[in-house]
Amino acid sequence: MRYAAPTSVAEAVALLGTEPNSRVFAGATDLVPQLRAGRPEPGVAIDLKKIPRLTSVAIDDGTWRIGAAAPTSDLTANEALTADVPGLVYASGLIGSDQIQNRASLGGNLCNASPAADAVPPLLVNTAQAVVAGPDGERTVPVADIPTGPGRTSLRPGEFVVEFLIDRPPPGTADAYLRLIPRTEMDIAIVGAAARITLDADGSCVAAAIALGAVAPTVITVPAASGGLIGQPIDARALAAVAAAASAAASPIDDKRGTVTYRRQVAGVLAKRAVAEAAGRARNGDGP
Amino acid sequence: MSRTHVRCRINGDDAEFLCDAGDALLDALRDEMGLMGAKEGCGTGDCGACSILMDGRLQCSCLVFAPEAEGSSIVTVEGIADGDRLHPLQQCFLEGAALQCGVCTPGFLVAAKALLDRNPDPTETEVRYALAGNLCRCTGYDKIVRSVLAAAAVMQQGKEEAAR
Repeated sequence: MRYAAPTSVAEAVALLGTEPNSRVFAGATDLVPQLRAGRPEPGVAIDLKKIPRLTSVAIDDGTWRIGAAAPTSDLTANEALTADVPGLVYASGLIGSDQIQNRASLGGNLCNASPAADAVPPLLVNTAQAVVAGPDGERTVPVADIPTGPGRTSLRPGEFVVEFLIDRPPPGTADAYLRLIPRTEMDIAIVGAAARITLDADGSCVAAAIALGAVAPTVITVPAASGGLIGQPIDARALAAVAAAASAAASPIDDKRGTVTYRRQVAGVLAKRAVAEAAGRARNGDGP
Repeated sequence: MSRTHVRCRINGDDAEFLCDAGDALLDALRDEMGLMGAKEGCGTGDCGACSILMDGRLQCSCLVFAPEAEGSSIVTVEGIADGDRLHPLQQCFLEGAALQCGVCTPGFLVAAKALLDRNPDPTETEVRYALAGNLCRCTGYDKIVRSVLAAAAVMQQGKEEAAR
């Protein structure tokens, strides 16, 4: 294996194009365990962390640009980002220990394509876009279109995610993420649920999005659960409907962390609580 | 294939070593630099026994490819004492019996130093969260947590005395 540390997106694209058996990485928190488990080494491991655009986190004309290789500890330390998308930042901070937080990135979390990836549900409810670079230049695609199944993405050969774009949420908006794991820290979600809610001055919901992790081959959005909230106050009746719709939308698997029945039940409970938490933040002006 | 030449700073001194591209920084530190403090526990970033500071950030050196260290500044457990004077964390670990077999101890010391560097007066909860990436199968953690809190108190007291 060779190691390469390009300093520009163009240089990384050129390397990926000329080295057929190459692979990009950021923190290698998934790559190293895969190699340890016997996956074949890439011919060239391309380190994206030396490309300034890949590690910068900045707001530009009302849109957050989050470098795909920025360590999650840079997101949790960013107060302005936390004020705008507290659910996304909280989810990013759940991924592993302090050691891992200094390596792990949103780009890696997305492209490792685990159905249980904690950062992906909040990216989806914030309708994040991914800027993808490749041999044909750059294209911008919804984050929701990238994972296609466990460990699989829609990225074409020679492509990688450069950065995420998130429009600054409008006033009266907030997001939230909740997950259930078998212990208090350092584990993988049994279920994760994100919600983003926009309330008008009367407390009536004018926009809503809900996404669930670990209940399907990819993270899913649940329009059947969020759609019913529009025009309603977020009250007990609305939350009960969210829970029922989220449970119905979940199609999880049985594994050591939970059974199908348990995950379905928990999907409803977490979706309901995430909506309530996001609405509480939106009401208190804890969002932007 | 020719080996990669890496130049960096380790524990305040200029250092250089040769490595293969796929080597873990942990192996370069141990096998090329002779710094045997950082240990390999799991090799996959779960246990924290290989914890080091790289450019001030706590990292599992098993997850770092050795060539990534080019131009960086690294601190290992060997670099946290002041000559023959143990770091307060080391002294408090000794006095508090915060180790038994000792394999995890260098990682805990480095992780605890990273915590106290950014938060000199942590709560017990903050200590427990900051050390969640370090596994110990002997102590049950309690003596480690108490020793970190004791070291924080010693260091705070030292600062107050110096200010007087």
